[in-house]
Amino acid sequence: MNATVASPVKKPRSRKIAMPYLLLLPGMLWLITFFLIPILTLVKTSVNMDLANYDPTTGATGSFWGNFWYAFRTHEAPFARSFIYALAATLIALCIAYPLAYGIAFKAGRWKNVLLVLVVAPFFTSFILRTIAWKQILGQQGPVFRLLLDLHLVTYQSHITASAGAVIAGLSYNFLPFMTLPLYSSLERIDPRTLEASGDLYANAFTTFRKVTLPLSLPGVVAGTLLTFIPAAGDYVNAEILGNPSTTMIGNVINAQFLRTSNYTLAAALSFVFMVIIIAIVLFYISRAGTEELV
Amino acid sequence: MADASTSAKGDLKLANVTKSFGEFTAVDDLSLVIPEGSFFALLGPSGCGKTTTLRMIAGLEVPTAGTIHVGNTDITDMRPYKRPVNTVFQNYALFPHLSIFENVAFGLRRRGIKDVKEQVDKVLNLVELPHLAERKPTQLSGGQQQRIAVARAIVNRPALLLLDEPLGALDLKLRRQMQIELKWIQTEVGLTFVHVTHDQEEAMTMADTIAVMNEGRIEQMGSPADLYDNPKTAFVANFLGQSNLIQGKIVDSDGDSHVVDLYGQKVSVLKRRTVAKDSSVLFGIRPEKLRIQPDSHDKPGNVLTGGKISDVSYIGVSTQYQVEMPWGQEIMVFEQNDDGVPPLDKGDEVRLSWEPIFSFALDGNEDATAGVDVEPEAE
Ligand SMILES: Nc1ncnc2c1ncn2[C@@H]1O[C@H](COP(=O)(O)OP(=O)(O)OP(=O)(O)O)[C@@H](O)[C@H]1O
Ligand SMILES: [Mg+2]
Repeated sequence: MNATVASPVKKPRSRKIAMPYLLLLPGMLWLITFFLIPILTLVKTSVNMDLANYDPTTGATGSFWGNFWYAFRTHEAPFARSFIYALAATLIALCIAYPLAYGIAFKAGRWKNVLLVLVVAPFFTSFILRTIAWKQILGQQGPVFRLLLDLHLVTYQSHITASAGAVIAGLSYNFLPFMTLPLYSSLERIDPRTLEASGDLYANAFTTFRKVTLPLSLPGVVAGTLLTFIPAAGDYVNAEILGNPSTTMIGNVINAQFLRTSNYTLAAALSFVFMVIIIAIVLFYISRAGTEELV
Repeated sequence: MADASTSAKGDLKLANVTKSFGEFTAVDDLSLVIPEGSFFALLGPSGCGKTTTLRMIAGLEVPTAGTIHVGNTDITDMRPYKRPVNTVFQNYALFPHLSIFENVAFGLRRRGIKDVKEQVDKVLNLVELPHLAERKPTQLSGGQQQRIAVARAIVNRPALLLLDEPLGALDLKLRRQMQIELKWIQTEVGLTFVHVTHDQEEAMTMADTIAVMNEGRIEQMGSPADLYDNPKTAFVANFLGQSNLIQGKIVDSDGDSHVVDLYGQKVSVLKRRTVAKDSSVLFGIRPEKLRIQPDSHDKPGNVLTGGKISDVSYIGVSTQYQVEMPWGQEIMVFEQNDDGVPPLDKGDEVRLSWEPIFSFALDGNEDATAGVDVEPEAE
């Protein structure tokens, strides 16, 4: 009933409401073109034939659940490896990155910026190249093997490349900056005076870390572990270069199915299952970590 | 870790404490004794080294030189968490991830105290914020955060409580109220308080002893009345209340007084209220001690003639005059409006008189304007 009265006033207001959508438009278009459409194509591809009972004469399409279940059941080991390696790499990266980020945030003084550049310096060379370099470092002519040899921990017959350990080492190394930077930014934001206050209130250095520093850096821990875990689980380069046939991760399988075997249906189904599992893990993790501060 | 925090008791002694940051000396050879159970105020302009002094006592800053003792225990290099000291930080420094309740409980929990809930509730009631116990610090106003910072420290009942401008963000009414509460806690529990403030009135009303600090040094230390009545430096005379300081020369001595020549007019000052290195002095008299009369009157005591009123402001209970003296200096006079005589007018020729015992004399080589332009209550 007051529509007629409101209309002249409403005009500038409606423009104000439209503004955010306008700003969102380029991003939305990007997402629709390069995310939503490919995903839908992927889902469609994943059912364009029945994986379990493949019969080229009928050309029957498969069902969602049938195909996904089939893809999962036939590749349980690579799936499991992906998540175990990614988890191990994430934990190792966390153990290395936390002290590093802490040192840069609180102790580096005027070297802060230099150290931050050094953290991202590996990105100046290609991912593949760095992983190949790791193969050299861990190889029989490399320093790590030499050292272990001198310590009599390995023999000339053994090798440390082409193993699960090497894959995990490669993953931890390659994704270390993704762990370090969010950790650094959340540690950097901590007011050092709250740490002083903690010391003033009878907490020793360790208790201060446990009760103040760590909880305040939790958003960084959550962000860093996700940024490491997700790409590490989907990675195939490290397993390809540093692993052996029994360390294949799901990324390797998908890669092979798409590009070598050309079984697009299986590759698409595997990709979709992988995505669903990752989303489930992330949602569970975020809800447990309970960090509204994350966003 | 709890044992050490309660074992040291006694007077707080700072001996020749110096703190330098590179070239800059923030605290310069500071020595003082704060008796156990006293309320000690550190008063001084911004940047004079008050916070730095407190931080050294709390153990958050290591002195470049000198020692700090509590009783007979040398705490100069003791870790902060072992000291029997708690601090109310100037910037509150509350823990953003903990609720107000847990913020206040922090120190109690670290020491393994049993009745945490009771004690926290009690102190939250004291600062009148029990209803905010479950909130996070960011959900509080500045003044509320400040009161929580006070609560978080006093709940521990430390032998020594350091308060760094703990009431700066509060409005006047709440500030007065908290002053009374703090003073009450201090006397009731017998804690030693070291209270840093810009606010001279706060220092005067609360403290047993005030130390006036300037540029890293203590200018003067004493009871509020002593500091006000017997300032030893121009800085103290101007910083604590207001003073008229007139350049003069001691020309004669007579019994317990000096005769001082102020631009040709002779006045007197008690010898015991004189701090002079040679005959050159800054003659001091507080504005409220001066009497103002038309120039024809003849009054006993010390008199300065030839003044001319250059400004009058009537403030109800009193009238403030600016009187221009023959030598060009403006003298301030506060006259109580209790004699029924209407205020004098701008341009009137007047003479100023006072009881000789009220005047004091400082070293004449000092800058008469030291401490004038520092606004004591500036935030
Ligand atoms: N970490 C530091 N490095 C260098 N200079 C410092 C440091 N801390 C304090 N200062 C300097 O020391 C002087 C005294 O500082 P302090 O914080 O003690 O002043 P304050 O008396 O508490 O002042 P305010 O009343 O404004 O709080 C200041 O000039 C300050 O710039
Ligand atoms: Mg300060």
